[in-house]
Amino acid sequence: MSSIAVSTTINGDDVEFLCRADETLLDVLRNRLGLLGAKEGCGTGDCGACSTIVDGRVVCSCLVLGAEAEGRTIETIEGMANGSELHPLQAKFIEHAALQCGICTPGFLIAAKALLDVNPEPTEEEIRYWLAGNLCRCTGYDKIVRAVQDAALEMRGERA
Amino acid sequence: MRYERPETIVQATHLLAEADSNAFVLAGGTDLLVKMQSDGFEADLVVDIKSIAGMGDVVEADDTFVIGAGVPCAALGENDALVAAWPGVVEAANLIGSTQIQGRCTVVGNLCNASPAADSVPALVAAGAKAKIAGLGGTRMADVLDIPTGPGKTSLKKGEIVEAIVLDKPLARSGDAYLRFIPRTEMDIAVVGVGINLVLDEGGAVQSARIALGAVGPTVILAEDAAQALVGSKLEETALDVMAAACSAASHPIDDKRGTVEFRKQIAGVLARRAARIAFDRAGGN
Repeated sequence: MSSIAVSTTINGDDVEFLCRADETLLDVLRNRLGLLGAKEGCGTGDCGACSTIVDGRVVCSCLVLGAEAEGRTIETIEGMANGSELHPLQAKFIEHAALQCGICTPGFLIAAKALLDVNPEPTEEEIRYWLAGNLCRCTGYDKIVRAVQDAALEMRGERA
Repeated sequence: MRYERPETIVQATHLLAEADSNAFVLAGGTDLLVKMQSDGFEADLVVDIKSIAGMGDVVEADDTFVIGAGVPCAALGENDALVAAWPGVVEAANLIGSTQIQGRCTVVGNLCNASPAADSVPALVAAGAKAKIAGLGGTRMADVLDIPTGPGKTSLKKGEIVEAIVLDKPLARSGDAYLRFIPRTEMDIAVVGVGINLVLDEGGAVQSARIALGAVGPTVILAEDAAQALVGSKLEETALDVMAAACSAASHPIDDKRGTVEFRKQIAGVLARRAARIAFDRAGGN
Protein backbone atom coordinates (compact mmCIF):
# COMPACT_ATOMS: atom_id res chain seq x y z
CA MET A 1 0.00 0.00 0.00
CA SER A 2 1.55 3.30 -1.04
CA SER A 3 1.63 6.23 1.33
CA ILE A 4 -0.20 9.50 0.82
CA ALA A 5 1.76 12.76 1.12
CA VAL A 6 -0.16 15.36 3.10
CA SER A 7 0.61 19.07 3.62
CA THR A 8 -1.21 20.76 6.45
CA THR A 9 -0.92 23.39 9.16
CA ILE A 10 -0.72 22.28 12.78
CA ASN A 11 -0.59 24.85 15.58
CA GLY A 12 0.54 27.48 13.08
CA ASP A 13 3.39 25.43 11.62
CA ASP A 14 3.50 24.02 8.10
CA VAL A 15 3.68 20.25 8.50
CA GLU A 16 4.17 17.52 5.92
CA PHE A 17 3.69 13.84 6.61
CA LEU A 18 3.14 10.52 4.90
CA CYS A 19 0.28 8.27 5.97
CA ARG A 20 -1.64 5.23 4.86
CA ALA A 21 -5.11 5.73 3.39
CA ASP A 22 -6.83 4.10 6.36
CA GLU A 23 -4.86 5.93 9.04
CA THR A 24 -6.81 8.35 11.23
CA LEU A 25 -5.70 11.87 12.02
CA LEU A 26 -5.36 10.75 15.64
CA ASP A 27 -2.94 7.99 14.60
CA VAL A 28 -0.97 10.48 12.51
CA LEU A 29 -0.74 13.02 15.35
CA ARG A 30 0.36 10.42 17.88
CA ASN A 31 2.38 7.89 15.91
CA ARG A 32 3.92 9.95 13.13
CA LEU A 33 4.17 13.48 14.53
CA GLY A 34 4.84 12.73 18.19
CA LEU A 35 1.93 14.90 19.34
CA LEU A 36 0.74 12.72 22.22
CA GLY A 37 -1.74 15.14 23.82
CA ALA A 38 -4.80 13.84 21.97
CA LYS A 39 -5.72 10.48 23.47
CA GLU A 40 -7.48 7.46 22.07
CA GLY A 41 -10.26 6.64 24.51
CA CYS A 42 -12.84 4.82 22.40
CA GLY A 43 -11.73 5.23 18.78
CA THR A 44 -15.37 5.56 17.73
CA GLY A 45 -16.21 9.21 18.38
CA ASP A 46 -17.98 8.69 21.68
CA CYS A 47 -15.57 9.97 24.34
CA GLY A 48 -13.95 13.16 23.01
CA ALA A 49 -10.47 12.37 24.38
CA CYS A 50 -9.03 12.89 20.88
CA SER A 51 -10.72 16.28 20.35
CA THR A 52 -8.87 18.45 17.86
CA ILE A 53 -9.87 21.67 16.12
CA VAL A 54 -9.96 21.38 12.33
CA ASP A 55 -10.71 24.58 10.38
CA GLY A 56 -12.26 26.11 13.48
CA ARG A 57 -14.54 23.21 14.39
CA VAL A 58 -13.85 20.80 17.22
CA VAL A 59 -13.95 17.21 15.95
CA CYS A 60 -12.94 13.74 17.09
CA SER A 61 -9.60 13.15 15.37
CA CYS A 62 -10.29 9.40 15.54
CA LEU A 63 -13.10 9.99 13.01
CA VAL A 64 -10.97 11.99 10.57
CA LEU A 65 -8.60 10.37 8.10
CA GLY A 66 -5.05 11.66 8.13
CA ALA A 67 -5.35 12.23 4.38
CA GLU A 68 -8.24 14.61 5.01
CA ALA A 69 -5.84 17.00 6.77
CA GLU A 70 -4.53 18.17 3.38
CA GLY A 71 -4.77 21.96 3.24
CA ARG A 72 -6.54 22.22 6.57
CA THR A 73 -5.69 24.21 9.67
CA ILE A 74 -5.40 22.04 12.76
CA GLU A 75 -5.13 23.04 16.40
CA THR A 76 -4.09 20.53 19.04
CA ILE A 77 -3.53 20.76 22.78
CA GLU A 78 0.21 21.18 22.12
CA GLY A 79 -0.49 24.62 20.64
CA MET A 80 -2.70 25.86 23.44
CA ALA A 81 -0.14 27.32 25.85
CA ASN A 82 1.92 30.28 24.71
CA GLY A 83 5.39 28.89 25.38
CA SER A 84 5.58 28.40 29.14
CA GLU A 85 2.54 30.61 29.71
CA LEU A 86 -0.56 28.48 30.19
CA HIS A 87 -3.82 29.28 28.42
CA PRO A 88 -6.36 30.62 30.97
CA LEU A 89 -8.36 27.40 30.59
CA GLN A 90 -5.29 25.34 31.46
CA ALA A 91 -4.52 27.52 34.47
CA LYS A 92 -8.11 27.33 35.70
CA PHE A 93 -8.27 23.56 35.29
CA ILE A 94 -5.29 23.34 37.65
CA GLU A 95 -6.66 25.94 40.05
CA HIS A 96 -10.06 24.23 40.28
CA ALA A 97 -8.61 20.71 40.35
CA ALA A 98 -10.70 19.97 37.28
CA LEU A 99 -8.74 16.82 36.53
CA GLN A 100 -7.71 13.68 38.29
CA CYS A 101 -6.24 11.00 36.06
CA GLY A 102 -5.89 13.51 33.20
CA ILE A 103 -6.63 11.27 30.22
CA CYS A 104 -9.69 13.27 29.21
CA THR A 105 -8.18 16.67 30.01
CA PRO A 106 -6.61 17.60 26.64
CA GLY A 107 -9.93 16.83 24.94
CA PHE A 108 -11.87 18.92 27.45
CA LEU A 109 -9.45 21.82 27.08
CA ILE A 110 -9.63 21.78 23.29
CA ALA A 111 -13.43 21.50 23.31
CA ALA A 112 -13.75 24.26 25.92
CA LYS A 113 -11.42 26.49 23.90
CA ALA A 114 -13.58 25.93 20.81
CA LEU A 115 -16.63 26.94 22.86
CA LEU A 116 -15.08 30.14 24.22
CA ASP A 117 -13.81 31.01 20.72
CA VAL A 118 -17.42 31.25 19.51
CA ASN A 119 -19.22 32.04 22.77
CA PRO A 120 -17.17 34.03 25.29
CA GLU A 121 -20.02 34.12 27.81
CA PRO A 122 -21.64 30.67 27.89
CA THR A 123 -24.23 29.72 30.50
CA GLU A 124 -23.65 26.65 32.65
CA GLU A 125 -26.23 24.81 30.53
CA GLU A 126 -24.45 25.79 27.31
CA ILE A 127 -21.13 24.58 28.74
CA ARG A 128 -22.63 21.26 29.82
CA TYR A 129 -24.29 20.63 26.45
CA TRP A 130 -21.19 21.69 24.51
CA LEU A 131 -18.97 19.38 26.56
CA ALA A 132 -21.42 16.46 26.55
CA GLY A 133 -19.24 14.69 23.99
CA ASN A 134 -16.28 14.67 26.38
CA LEU A 135 -16.43 11.89 28.93
CA CYS A 136 -14.67 12.04 32.31
CA ARG A 137 -14.90 9.16 34.74
CA CYS A 138 -13.08 10.91 37.61
CA THR A 139 -14.32 14.39 38.33
CA GLY A 140 -18.09 14.24 38.07
CA TYR A 141 -17.83 17.25 35.71
CA ASP A 142 -18.69 19.98 38.22
CA LYS A 143 -15.13 21.15 38.65
CA ILE A 144 -14.61 21.15 34.91
CA VAL A 145 -17.67 23.33 34.39
CA ARG A 146 -16.53 25.73 37.15
CA ALA A 147 -13.07 25.96 35.61
CA VAL A 148 -14.51 26.80 32.20
CA GLN A 149 -16.81 29.43 33.73
CA ASP A 150 -13.91 30.96 35.64
CA ALA A 151 -11.64 30.96 32.59
CA ALA A 152 -14.37 32.60 30.52
CA LEU A 153 -14.73 35.29 33.17
CA GLU A 154 -11.00 35.95 33.18
CA MET A 155 -10.76 35.94 29.38
CA ARG A 156 -13.55 38.51 29.21
CA GLY A 157 -11.47 40.70 31.52
CA GLU A 158 -14.29 40.93 34.04
CA ARG A 159 -12.04 39.97 36.91
CA ALA A 160 -8.36 40.48 37.51
CA MET B 1 -7.64 0.74 0.99
CA ARG B 2 -7.40 3.53 -1.56
CA TYR B 3 -8.26 7.15 -0.71
CA GLU B 4 -9.33 9.47 -3.51
CA ARG B 5 -10.25 13.14 -3.33
CA PRO B 6 -11.77 14.06 -6.71
CA GLU B 7 -12.39 17.69 -7.57
CA THR B 8 -15.46 17.16 -9.75
CA ILE B 9 -18.65 15.21 -9.26
CA VAL B 10 -18.08 13.48 -12.61
CA GLN B 11 -14.73 12.13 -11.40
CA ALA B 12 -16.37 11.00 -8.16
CA THR B 13 -19.19 9.12 -9.90
CA HIS B 14 -16.67 7.43 -12.24
CA LEU B 15 -14.50 6.34 -9.33
CA LEU B 16 -17.49 4.77 -7.60
CA ALA B 17 -18.96 3.25 -10.75
CA GLU B 18 -15.66 1.67 -11.77
CA ALA B 19 -14.78 0.31 -8.33
CA ASP B 20 -14.83 -3.48 -8.01
CA SER B 21 -16.46 -3.55 -4.60
CA ASN B 22 -16.54 -2.03 -1.14
CA ALA B 23 -16.43 1.57 -2.34
CA PHE B 24 -17.76 4.29 -0.05
CA VAL B 25 -18.42 8.00 -0.18
CA LEU B 26 -16.70 9.97 2.60
CA ALA B 27 -18.38 13.20 3.70
CA GLY B 28 -18.30 13.74 7.48
CA GLY B 29 -17.10 10.21 8.17
CA THR B 30 -18.94 9.93 11.49
CA ASP B 31 -20.57 6.68 10.39
CA LEU B 32 -17.99 5.43 7.87
CA LEU B 33 -14.93 5.74 10.13
CA VAL B 34 -16.76 4.01 12.98
CA LYS B 35 -17.60 1.14 10.62
CA MET B 36 -13.99 1.03 9.44
CA GLN B 37 -12.92 0.33 13.04
CA SER B 38 -15.22 -2.68 13.30
CA ASP B 39 -14.29 -6.26 12.49
CA GLY B 40 -15.47 -7.68 9.22
CA PHE B 41 -15.89 -4.30 7.54
CA GLU B 42 -13.68 -3.67 4.57
CA ALA B 43 -13.35 -0.53 2.51
CA ASP B 44 -11.32 -0.91 -0.67
CA LEU B 45 -12.01 2.60 -1.91
CA VAL B 46 -13.02 5.75 -0.04
CA VAL B 47 -14.04 8.74 -2.17
CA ASP B 48 -13.78 11.99 -0.20
CA ILE B 49 -16.22 14.38 -1.86
CA LYS B 50 -15.44 17.48 0.20
CA SER B 51 -13.06 19.00 -2.38
CA ILE B 52 -15.81 19.12 -5.01
CA ALA B 53 -17.07 22.67 -5.54
CA GLY B 54 -20.32 23.42 -3.72
CA MET B 55 -20.27 20.41 -1.40
CA GLY B 56 -19.58 22.58 1.63
CA ASP B 57 -22.19 25.23 0.87
CA VAL B 58 -25.76 25.99 1.88
CA VAL B 59 -27.12 27.98 -1.07
CA GLU B 60 -30.28 30.03 -0.69
CA ALA B 61 -32.01 30.76 -4.01
CA ASP B 62 -35.35 32.44 -4.68
CA ASP B 63 -37.37 29.28 -4.14
CA THR B 64 -35.03 26.79 -2.49
CA PHE B 65 -32.29 25.99 -0.04
CA VAL B 66 -29.65 23.60 -1.35
CA ILE B 67 -27.60 21.87 1.34
CA GLY B 68 -24.37 20.38 -0.04
CA ALA B 69 -23.38 16.85 0.92
CA GLY B 70 -20.31 18.03 2.81
CA VAL B 71 -22.02 20.61 5.03
CA PRO B 72 -21.59 19.73 8.71
CA CYS B 73 -24.83 19.78 10.69
CA ALA B 74 -23.42 22.46 13.01
CA ALA B 75 -23.36 24.83 10.02
CA LEU B 76 -27.11 24.40 9.52
CA GLY B 77 -27.77 25.77 12.99
CA GLU B 78 -25.54 28.75 12.19
CA ASN B 79 -27.56 29.60 9.06
CA ASP B 80 -30.19 32.07 10.26
CA ALA B 81 -32.25 31.97 7.07
CA LEU B 82 -32.45 28.18 7.10
CA VAL B 83 -33.31 28.12 10.81
CA ALA B 84 -36.12 30.62 10.21
CA ALA B 85 -37.46 28.70 7.20
CA TRP B 86 -37.17 25.09 8.42
CA PRO B 87 -36.63 25.09 12.19
CA GLY B 88 -37.74 21.46 12.53
CA VAL B 89 -35.23 20.24 9.97
CA VAL B 90 -32.41 22.14 11.65
CA GLU B 91 -33.40 20.95 15.12
CA ALA B 92 -33.41 17.37 13.91
CA ALA B 93 -29.99 17.75 12.27
CA ASN B 94 -28.57 19.42 15.39
CA LEU B 95 -29.78 16.57 17.65
CA ILE B 96 -27.29 14.17 16.07
CA GLY B 97 -24.36 13.36 18.34
CA SER B 98 -22.05 15.63 20.30
CA THR B 99 -20.43 18.96 19.46
CA GLN B 100 -17.56 17.01 17.94
CA ILE B 101 -19.91 14.92 15.79
CA GLN B 102 -21.87 18.02 14.77
CA GLY B 103 -18.66 19.49 13.39
CA ARG B 104 -18.44 16.67 10.84
CA CYS B 105 -21.75 14.84 10.40
CA THR B 106 -23.97 15.72 7.43
CA VAL B 107 -27.66 15.35 6.62
CA VAL B 108 -26.81 13.59 3.35
CA GLY B 109 -24.71 11.13 5.31
CA ASN B 110 -27.52 10.65 7.81
CA LEU B 111 -29.83 9.86 4.88
CA CYS B 112 -27.45 7.55 2.99
CA ASN B 113 -26.34 5.65 6.11
CA ALA B 114 -29.98 4.54 6.10
CA SER B 115 -30.38 3.95 9.81
CA PRO B 116 -34.08 3.58 10.65
CA ALA B 117 -33.42 5.89 13.62
CA ALA B 118 -31.77 8.71 11.61
CA ASP B 119 -32.94 11.96 13.21
CA SER B 120 -32.82 14.29 10.23
CA VAL B 121 -34.69 11.97 7.85
CA PRO B 122 -38.25 12.22 9.28
CA ALA B 123 -37.87 16.01 9.43
CA LEU B 124 -36.68 16.11 5.81
CA VAL B 125 -39.51 13.84 4.68
CA ALA B 126 -42.09 15.98 6.51
CA ALA B 127 -40.61 19.02 4.79
CA GLY B 128 -40.95 17.34 1.38
CA ALA B 129 -37.20 17.48 0.81
CA LYS B 130 -35.63 16.14 -2.36
CA ALA B 131 -32.24 14.58 -2.97
CA LYS B 132 -30.13 15.75 -5.90
CA ILE B 133 -28.37 12.65 -7.16
CA ALA B 134 -25.37 12.63 -9.49
CA GLY B 135 -24.62 9.53 -11.55
CA LEU B 136 -22.82 8.52 -14.71
CA GLY B 137 -25.82 9.51 -16.80
CA GLY B 138 -26.19 12.95 -15.23
CA THR B 139 -28.28 14.31 -12.42
CA ARG B 140 -31.69 13.19 -11.18
CA MET B 141 -33.96 14.30 -8.37
CA ALA B 142 -35.68 11.92 -5.95
CA ASP B 143 -37.87 12.34 -2.90
CA VAL B 144 -35.88 11.85 0.31
CA LEU B 145 -38.64 9.41 1.27
CA ASP B 146 -37.59 7.10 -1.57
CA ILE B 147 -33.86 6.91 -0.71
CA PRO B 148 -33.82 4.49 2.26
CA THR B 149 -35.10 1.01 1.39
CA GLY B 150 -34.18 -0.81 4.62
CA PRO B 151 -31.64 -0.69 7.44
CA GLY B 152 -28.33 0.27 5.80
CA LYS B 153 -29.82 0.01 2.30
CA THR B 154 -30.70 2.73 -0.21
CA SER B 155 -32.21 2.99 -3.67
CA LEU B 156 -29.00 4.57 -4.98
CA LYS B 157 -27.47 2.74 -7.91
CA LYS B 158 -23.78 1.96 -8.25
CA GLY B 159 -21.87 5.15 -8.99
CA GLU B 160 -24.63 7.43 -7.72
CA ILE B 161 -23.92 10.12 -5.13
CA VAL B 162 -26.42 12.29 -3.30
CA GLU B 163 -24.74 15.64 -3.86
CA ALA B 164 -27.27 17.84 -2.07
CA ILE B 165 -30.59 18.06 -0.27
CA VAL B 166 -33.04 20.51 -1.79
CA LEU B 167 -35.71 22.13 0.37
CA ASP B 168 -38.36 24.37 -1.14
CA LYS B 169 -38.91 27.66 0.62
CA PRO B 170 -41.77 27.08 3.07
CA LEU B 171 -45.28 28.11 2.07
CA ALA B 172 -47.04 31.00 3.80
CA ARG B 173 -48.68 30.03 7.11
CA SER B 174 -46.59 26.88 7.48
CA GLY B 175 -44.39 25.46 10.21
CA ASP B 176 -42.38 22.33 10.91
CA ALA B 177 -41.12 20.54 14.01
CA TYR B 178 -39.21 17.42 14.98
CA LEU B 179 -39.24 15.62 18.32
CA ARG B 180 -37.61 12.38 19.34
CA PHE B 181 -37.71 10.22 22.41
CA ILE B 182 -34.47 9.12 24.03
CA PRO B 183 -34.03 7.92 27.62
CA ARG B 184 -31.50 10.67 28.40
CA THR B 185 -31.21 14.36 27.54
CA GLU B 186 -28.76 14.23 24.66
CA MET B 187 -26.45 12.13 22.54
CA ASP B 188 -28.54 9.06 22.06
CA ILE B 189 -30.22 7.23 19.21
CA ALA B 190 -33.91 7.92 18.67
CA VAL B 191 -36.28 5.33 20.15
CA VAL B 192 -39.00 7.15 18.22
CA GLY B 193 -38.74 10.31 16.09
CA VAL B 194 -41.56 12.37 14.58
CA GLY B 195 -41.29 15.13 11.97
CA ILE B 196 -44.33 17.24 11.12
CA ASN B 197 -44.97 20.01 8.62
CA LEU B 198 -48.28 21.88 8.69
CA VAL B 199 -49.71 24.43 6.26
CA LEU B 200 -52.67 26.50 7.49
CA ASP B 201 -55.45 28.11 5.45
CA GLU B 202 -56.39 31.76 5.79
CA GLY B 203 -58.82 30.88 8.55
CA GLY B 204 -56.06 29.26 10.60
CA ALA B 205 -57.16 25.64 10.12
CA VAL B 206 -54.80 22.95 8.84
CA GLN B 207 -54.91 22.93 5.05
CA SER B 208 -52.32 20.21 4.55
CA ALA B 209 -50.03 18.16 6.74
CA ARG B 210 -47.11 15.79 6.40
CA ILE B 211 -46.15 13.51 9.28
CA ALA B 212 -43.08 11.26 9.12
CA LEU B 213 -42.15 8.66 11.73
CA GLY B 214 -38.63 7.44 12.46
CA ALA B 215 -37.30 4.38 14.33
CA VAL B 216 -40.67 2.61 14.18
CA GLY B 217 -40.03 0.63 11.00
CA PRO B 218 -37.18 -0.47 8.76
CA THR B 219 -37.37 2.88 6.97
CA VAL B 220 -38.91 6.27 7.66
CA ILE B 221 -42.73 6.08 7.43
CA LEU B 222 -44.92 8.76 5.87
CA ALA B 223 -48.07 8.56 7.98
CA GLU B 224 -50.67 9.77 5.51
CA ASP B 225 -53.76 8.75 7.49
CA ALA B 226 -52.42 10.60 10.51
CA ALA B 227 -51.77 13.72 8.44
CA GLN B 228 -55.24 13.55 6.92
CA ALA B 229 -56.75 13.50 10.42
CA LEU B 230 -55.46 17.01 11.03
CA VAL B 231 -56.77 18.56 7.81
CA GLY B 232 -59.55 21.06 8.54
CA SER B 233 -58.79 21.09 12.26
CA LYS B 234 -57.22 23.65 14.53
CA LEU B 235 -55.66 20.78 16.50
CA GLU B 236 -58.75 20.17 18.59
CA GLU B 237 -58.40 17.20 20.96
CA THR B 238 -60.60 14.98 18.82
CA ALA B 239 -58.45 15.56 15.75
CA LEU B 240 -55.26 15.00 17.77
CA ASP B 241 -56.67 11.74 19.18
CA VAL B 242 -57.39 10.41 15.70
CA MET B 243 -53.97 11.59 14.47
CA ALA B 244 -52.12 10.00 17.41
CA ALA B 245 -53.97 6.71 16.98
CA ALA B 246 -53.14 6.74 13.26
CA CYS B 247 -49.45 7.31 14.05
CA SER B 248 -49.47 4.34 16.43
CA ALA B 249 -51.24 2.23 13.81
CA ALA B 250 -48.75 3.21 11.09
CA SER B 251 -45.81 2.23 13.30
CA HIS B 252 -44.45 -1.30 13.02
CA PRO B 253 -41.33 -1.21 15.16
CA ILE B 254 -39.09 -3.92 16.55
CA ASP B 255 -38.50 -4.82 20.19
CA ASP B 256 -34.97 -4.04 21.27
CA LYS B 257 -33.05 -2.88 24.31
CA ARG B 258 -34.09 0.71 23.72
CA GLY B 259 -37.84 0.19 23.47
CA THR B 260 -40.57 -2.38 23.11
CA VAL B 261 -43.04 -2.53 20.25
CA GLU B 262 -45.88 -1.43 22.52
CA PHE B 263 -43.90 1.48 23.94
CA ARG B 264 -42.70 2.72 20.57
CA LYS B 265 -46.18 2.61 19.04
CA GLN B 266 -47.65 4.62 21.88
CA ILE B 267 -44.81 7.15 21.95
CA ALA B 268 -45.20 7.74 18.20
CA GLY B 269 -48.65 9.14 18.93
CA VAL B 270 -47.55 11.10 21.99
CA LEU B 271 -44.65 12.78 20.18
CA ALA B 272 -46.81 13.49 17.14
CA ARG B 273 -49.27 15.42 19.32
CA ARG B 274 -46.50 17.51 20.82
CA ALA B 275 -44.74 18.10 17.51
CA ALA B 276 -48.03 19.06 15.87
CA ARG B 277 -48.56 21.77 18.48
CA ILE B 278 -45.09 23.19 17.91
CA ALA B 279 -45.54 23.16 14.12
CA PHE B 280 -48.99 24.75 14.47
CA ASP B 281 -47.58 27.58 16.62
CA ARG B 282 -44.77 28.15 14.13
CA ALA B 283 -47.32 28.33 11.32
CA GLY B 284 -49.04 31.13 13.23
CA GLY B 285 -51.99 29.03 14.35
CA ASN B 286 -53.85 29.65 17.58
